[in-house]
Amino acid sequence: MRFAFTDDQKLFRDTLRALLEKECTSDVVRRAWSADGTGRSPPLWSKLAELGVLGLTVPEAEGGLGLSEIDLVLLLEESGRAALPEPIVETTAVGAPLLVESLNTDACRAWLPLVAAGKARLTVGLEGAAFVCDAHVADLLLLQRGDELHGVLRDSVKLEPEHSVDGARRLFRVTWSASAQTRIAAGPTARAAMARAFDRGALGVSAVLLGLARHLIDATVDYAKLRKQFGSAIGSFQAVKHHLADALVKLEFARPVVYRAAYSMSRATESAPLHVSMAKAYASEAALLAARAALQCHGAIGYSYEHDLHLWMKRVWALAAAWGDASWHRARVGKLVLG
Amino acid sequence: MDLEYTPTEEVFRREARAWLEANVPKTPLPSGDTAEGFALHREWEKKLYEARWAVVSWPKKYGGREATLMEWLIFEEEYYRAGGPQRIAQNGIFLLAPTLFEFGTEEQKNRILPRMASGDDLWAQGWSEPNAGSDLAGIKSTAIRDDARGGFRLNGQKTWCTRGAFCDYMFGLFRTDAAAERHRGMTYFLVPLRAPGVTVRPVGRLDGDDGFAEVFLEDAFVPDRDVLGGVNDGWNVAMATTSSERGLTLRSPGRFLATAARLVELFRRTKDGANPALESKVIDAWMDAEAYQLYTLQTVTRVMEGAAIGAESSINKIFWSEMDVRMHLAALELLGEKAELDGGTSAESGGAWMKGYQFALAGPIYAGTNEIQRNVIAERVLGLPRR
Repeated sequence: MRFAFTDDQKLFRDTLRALLEKECTSDVVRRAWSADGTGRSPPLWSKLAELGVLGLTVPEAEGGLGLSEIDLVLLLEESGRAALPEPIVETTAVGAPLLVESLNTDACRAWLPLVAAGKARLTVGLEGAAFVCDAHVADLLLLQRGDELHGVLRDSVKLEPEHSVDGARRLFRVTWSASAQTRIAAGPTARAAMARAFDRGALGVSAVLLGLARHLIDATVDYAKLRKQFGSAIGSFQAVKHHLADALVKLEFARPVVYRAAYSMSRATESAPLHVSMAKAYASEAALLAARAALQCHGAIGYSYEHDLHLWMKRVWALAAAWGDASWHRARVGKLVLG
Repeated sequence: MDLEYTPTEEVFRREARAWLEANVPKTPLPSGDTAEGFALHREWEKKLYEARWAVVSWPKKYGGREATLMEWLIFEEEYYRAGGPQRIAQNGIFLLAPTLFEFGTEEQKNRILPRMASGDDLWAQGWSEPNAGSDLAGIKSTAIRDDARGGFRLNGQKTWCTRGAFCDYMFGLFRTDAAAERHRGMTYFLVPLRAPGVTVRPVGRLDGDDGFAEVFLEDAFVPDRDVLGGVNDGWNVAMATTSSERGLTLRSPGRFLATAARLVELFRRTKDGANPALESKVIDAWMDAEAYQLYTLQTVTRVMEGAAIGAESSINKIFWSEMDVRMHLAALELLGEKAELDGGTSAESGGAWMKGYQFALAGPIYAGTNEIQRNVIAERVLGLPRR
C-alpha cells in the first residue's frame, strides 16, 4: 500500500503549472469568454500538445505517451487551477480512450496521432447528457445512440448553441444522423466502453474541480491578507478564518477520494464506478463550498464582473452540474452500497 | 501509487483477524469509564499485551512487534471490525508514548513503556485546569524545585482527566518559572496518582459514567527522573503530544469504518417505512468513513516516507470529530422513537447509539476545540494573520 504519486508524475504537474502560469493568465481566460471567435486558443493548444498533455492517453505507437488516468489526474487538477478553457477532458480524458477502446478501422486509428499532435480535437456526446461541449471546434464528435457509438465529422452535424453560466464553456445541442458509415462500435462491448467514457468524464471534471477550489481558496487568502477593515486585515477575523478553514478541510478530504478514483479507473477495477461517483460528489461539493467562501470573504468586490473571481466560480458552478451532480452521484453510490 | 496491500501486509491482517476473532469477548465489557468496567478492561489490555497486540508498532523490547505504520492501521481496522473493547490504555500508548519516544531518556523509556504496554500502569492526561481549557498556556499549577529531595513539589488543580479516577499515573504541564512569558516556563511532568499530596475526585460525565476526574495537588513530590524533556521546555514537549491527539494516532479509520458498517446494517433493518431522506445521510456517513480512510492512507504514506505532520493534524481532527457526530445522528434518526433509549450495549437496541452519540459530541471539544483547530488551519496552514 502506497498512496502517493511518483516523482515523474509530480514533475509533469509542475511543468504544466509553469506553462499555464505563463500562457493561461486571467486575460486569456477572459478572451475565451468573448462572443466573437471560437473562444479557443490554437497556440495554447499546440503548446499543450508539445508538452505531451493532449496525447497522454494515446498509445505510444500512435504518437502519444500511452499513460492512464493516474498520470492525467494531477494535470487536470492544474488545468483547473488556471481555469484553462481548452477541452482537455473531452479530448484527452474521454475522447481518446474511447476511440482506443472502440477502434476497429484504420480510418478510426488515423485520428489518434492527430489528437496527440494537437491537430484534432475530439468531443463526446453520451446519451443522457443534454449538451455537447466544444462541438464547434471538435473535428470528430463521438456520439452515442443506444448500444452504438458513432464518429461524426463536425461538417455533417447541425449545432445549436446554448449559453453556459461559464462563458468560456461552449455548449451545443447536436442534431445528427446515424449511419453504417458513422458507426464505430456496437453491442455490449460498445455499451461498456461508453459507460467507462462517462466515468472518465466524471473523474476528469472532478480533478478540474479540485484545482478550481484550490485557486479560489488561495486567491481569497491573498485578498484577506491585504484587505483591511476596522484597521486590521480581514483575514485576522475568526469569522473569515473559519470560512476558509472549512473550505480547506472539504477540499483536502475530496483530494484522496479523487486520486483513488483515478487509480481504480486506471486499473479498471470492479469498484471504479463507485469510486468515481464518490469522487464527483466530493469534488463538486468541495468546489461549491470553496466558491461560496471565496465570494463571501471577498464581499462586494467579488460580486463585480470586473474582478476575476467569477471566472473561477462560474467554472465551478458549471462543472459541479456537468457529468452528474453531487446528488446524482450520491444516489449511484447508494445503489451500489445499500442495494 | 499502489492501493493494494502487500503480501506481508495481508499476512499480518490475517494473523490479527484470526487472533481477534478467537479472543475478543463475545459479550461486550461494561463501560471502561466505570470502576468495575475499568478493571475488566485492564485484564483485556494484559491479554492483548501477552499476545503482543497491545502496541504493534513499538520496538520489540518494549512489548511491540515493530510493525509498520501501515500495519498498525490494518490492526486497528481489524480491531474495530471484530468489535474489540474500548482501549483504556489509549492515552498512554497513543499520546504519552510518542512523546516519550521523542523526548524520553533511555532510563525513562525502559522503565515506563513496558509497564504501559502491559496495562500494569495506566495513564491519564493532566492538561486542563479550571481556568485553562482551549487556552492551555493559561495554566496556573506550579512545580517548585526541592533541591534537598532532588525533585519538584507540585501544587494546583487539574481537571477533565479522562479515567483519572482509575488510572495509576498522569502526565501534564506545570509552571516552573512564574516570571517567564506564558508559553515558556512550563515543564512536563509524569505524576503518580496514588502518592502523598495527590487527591483524585471522580467527576460524572454527560452520559453519567465517572469518566472524568479532578486531581488536586498539595506539595505532591515528583523526582527529577520524572521530568520529560527539559525543565521550562514543557510547551514544546506538550505540543508533540497534542499533535498526535489531533492527528492520526488517536483516531484510526478502523473505528469509523466499523461505525459506518453498523449504520448500514441498522439502515437495512429499519428501512421499511423509513423516511427515504435518511438514505442520503447513511450514504454520506459511509462515504465519509471511506474518505477518512483514504486521507489517512495518504498521510501514513507520507509519514513512512519521512514527512512530519504538523498543523495539518487540525484538518484531520475537524473531519473525524464532526463525521462521528453526523454518523450517530443518522443512526438516531433511523431509530425514531427508540433513539431516546439509554444504556443498552447491543447493536440492536437504541441505547448503544445514544451512548455513542454522547461520546461523539465530546469529539469537537476535547483535544483542542474545533474552533481552535479552525484558527490553527487558517493561521498555520493557510498563512492568515494571527491578529
